[in-house]
Amino acid sequence: MSQLHVSASPHIHSGNSTSGIMRDVLIALLPTTLAGVIIFGWRALLVLLVSVGSAVGFEALWQWLLKKDQTITDLSAAVTGLLLGLNLPANIPLWQVVIGNLFAIIVVKCLFGGLGCNLVNPAITGRVFMLVSFGSLVKNAFPVGVDATTSATPLGTLAAGGTVSYADLFLGNVGGAIGETCKLALLIGFVYLLVRRVITWHLPVVFIASSFVLTFLFNGFDLNAAALMTLSGGLFIGAIFMATDYVTSPATAWGKVVFAVGAALITVMVRLWGNYPEGVSYGILLMNILTPYIETWTRHKRFGEVKKA
Amino acid sequence: MMKFSLPGVHVPHRKHTASSVGERIPTPQTVTIPTAMHIGKPARLLVKVGDTVFVGTKIAEADGAVSSVIHASVSGTVTKIYDMLQSNGRTVPAAVITSDGNMTPDPSLAPRTVSSREELIAAIRESGVVGLGGAGFPTHVKFSVPEDAIEELVINGAECEPYITSDTVTMLTRADEMAYAISQLRTYYQIKRVVIGIEKNKPEAIASMQKMAASLEGVEVKVLPSLYPQGGEKVLVYHTVGKVIPMGKLPLDVGCVVVNVTTLAAIGRYLMTGMPLVEKCLTVDGGAVKKPQNVIAPIGTPLSEVFAFCEGFSSEPAKLLYGGPMMGVALSDMSAPVLKNTNAILALTAKEAKLPKTTACIRCGACTNHCPFGLNPAALERAYERRDAEALDSLCVTLCMECGCCSFNCPANRPLVQTHKLAKVFLRDAKSKEAKS
Repeated sequence: MSQLHVSASPHIHSGNSTSGIMRDVLIALLPTTLAGVIIFGWRALLVLLVSVGSAVGFEALWQWLLKKDQTITDLSAAVTGLLLGLNLPANIPLWQVVIGNLFAIIVVKCLFGGLGCNLVNPAITGRVFMLVSFGSLVKNAFPVGVDATTSATPLGTLAAGGTVSYADLFLGNVGGAIGETCKLALLIGFVYLLVRRVITWHLPVVFIASSFVLTFLFNGFDLNAAALMTLSGGLFIGAIFMATDYVTSPATAWGKVVFAVGAALITVMVRLWGNYPEGVSYGILLMNILTPYIETWTRHKRFGEVKKA
Repeated sequence: MMKFSLPGVHVPHRKHTASSVGERIPTPQTVTIPTAMHIGKPARLLVKVGDTVFVGTKIAEADGAVSSVIHASVSGTVTKIYDMLQSNGRTVPAAVITSDGNMTPDPSLAPRTVSSREELIAAIRESGVVGLGGAGFPTHVKFSVPEDAIEELVINGAECEPYITSDTVTMLTRADEMAYAISQLRTYYQIKRVVIGIEKNKPEAIASMQKMAASLEGVEVKVLPSLYPQGGEKVLVYHTVGKVIPMGKLPLDVGCVVVNVTTLAAIGRYLMTGMPLVEKCLTVDGGAVKKPQNVIAPIGTPLSEVFAFCEGFSSEPAKLLYGGPMMGVALSDMSAPVLKNTNAILALTAKEAKLPKTTACIRCGACTNHCPFGLNPAALERAYERRDAEALDSLCVTLCMECGCCSFNCPANRPLVQTHKLAKVFLRDAKSKEAKS
């Protein structure tokens, strides 16, 4: 007689896995990666490779030094590395990319206990860290063939009273970070994540829509300017890929809505009245910190719950 | 009325045996009948070694209000009485009956005519029927209520667990017994509505029940989505009659009684023929079983004989289950008997039984977003890990029905529902300690 395995129910599993989810996120980022390389050239690819490589490398090193189970196969470090890379300009010095990932993986993620325990999104925080440490990051990156000395990022152009074409904004033919400019590619990734049920529509849609509405309200009721600003900068990549990080955003649908409105409010205020070109990053980062509270406020109603006297 | 349907998970159906109506297995040489096949106090044995019994002879009396009568399932001689260790860890007296091979029914058995509600309750008690959907709650206790206490009788034909089709067999082949039981219950209770809830993946069962419902007044069939766990009592009541059972309350508190289809048929059979609950139709399935099918076996039959009737195993079973894979109980021993509330026995291959490795919680929310009752299993797990009774209480761990949706869907394969079971015991102990001090 063979050994019978005894355990508590359930005895079957859906097959969902963390690595499967992370793989889907990587797949969803493929169009954006491709667009970034096409728009910004091979230097962009180099930045992304260094970023992913150093993120995975730092996590592997950390787990090895602490004699813990290797966790890089869950692909979460690769996602962090790719996202951080996509948030950097193509011409950034590579050593800065490595330092940024060191901060994102070791300080933000591993020191807090690894995957699932970090309070804030590692890629976002890595980007903010780099901005604070290395000065203005984004404004020096321009598409291949565009004259960098006379151009600015669309947000910079808009702030200076200039104008940008919708087509350029949508297709990404403007200055900015590698992954943030091509909205078409980001939307393709968004649809993929929705189809694969990795994320729900709530957070990205509400984040982007409220940013639009708030910009319209705070910026002189100018529809055109609001639309241009919404399509500019890191709003789409932030709303679709960074704000939706499971670990640092609320799990409930209403929680996601609250998170998104809050992040949009901070984004718009920083964009209109702040000194940094970092509205989306700060919006997400600050809402990350509020996430545990939002989750408590917006928890599901329990079935048959009776109010306690 | 109902506004939203409750969340759940899409489990694989694997209803391979749906068209197998149940073949009776050859009489086993011996049957082992434990005195606890129900929730409540074990029954008190009435027989001793050497006694002659027939099919349907009462061998144990219900002990107290929540307990159940037990009958011999074969004719023959009581050859052994011993303390048996059950799968839930409880040790109870059990009687071993050696069959004479004749399956002679007890001569005293006769159709049971009742003329009052009290007689009907007594008859249900004497039938030995308990909740056959799996819970094993003594059925007569549910009906020990005033005649106007039951507004809706909800009949559970959801059968939402993967693999299991024995309730489907009941709905296909025992509609007459069900109809008789319904009419008797309606005679003695002022039941306004009778609703039979069936998941939509069982069209034949739905057709059979609709046919039966058409012949009776005030009986309706409610087709439910194929979304586990439709058969959970509170989920079923909500989705059939639209009533919310408050936390910590029973269906009766909202005027409902829920009975499983096979439970109802067993009541009907006892009233019509006098034959109490002595045999069970059960689904024998799982990748390791050579010939998956529904079989009818006397209660107390060793599982090894049931598997042998299904031509044994095509590969080495790695896990043996009473019931379905979502809520079933894993067994360590092939000689365990068929119980009253056994509706399936599954032998899973190593591949089927293999669960993914447990990794860190990524706070994706799949557990809380799929919990039918809106609980937060991840938060409950963290509360249990720090042994925080107060948090467990405020997170309502006792509401958990242990359906397993959270664990099934968890991408990190956290042992969530498993932790809830431990947490409930921990909370109960903590509360009783508090009460003492």
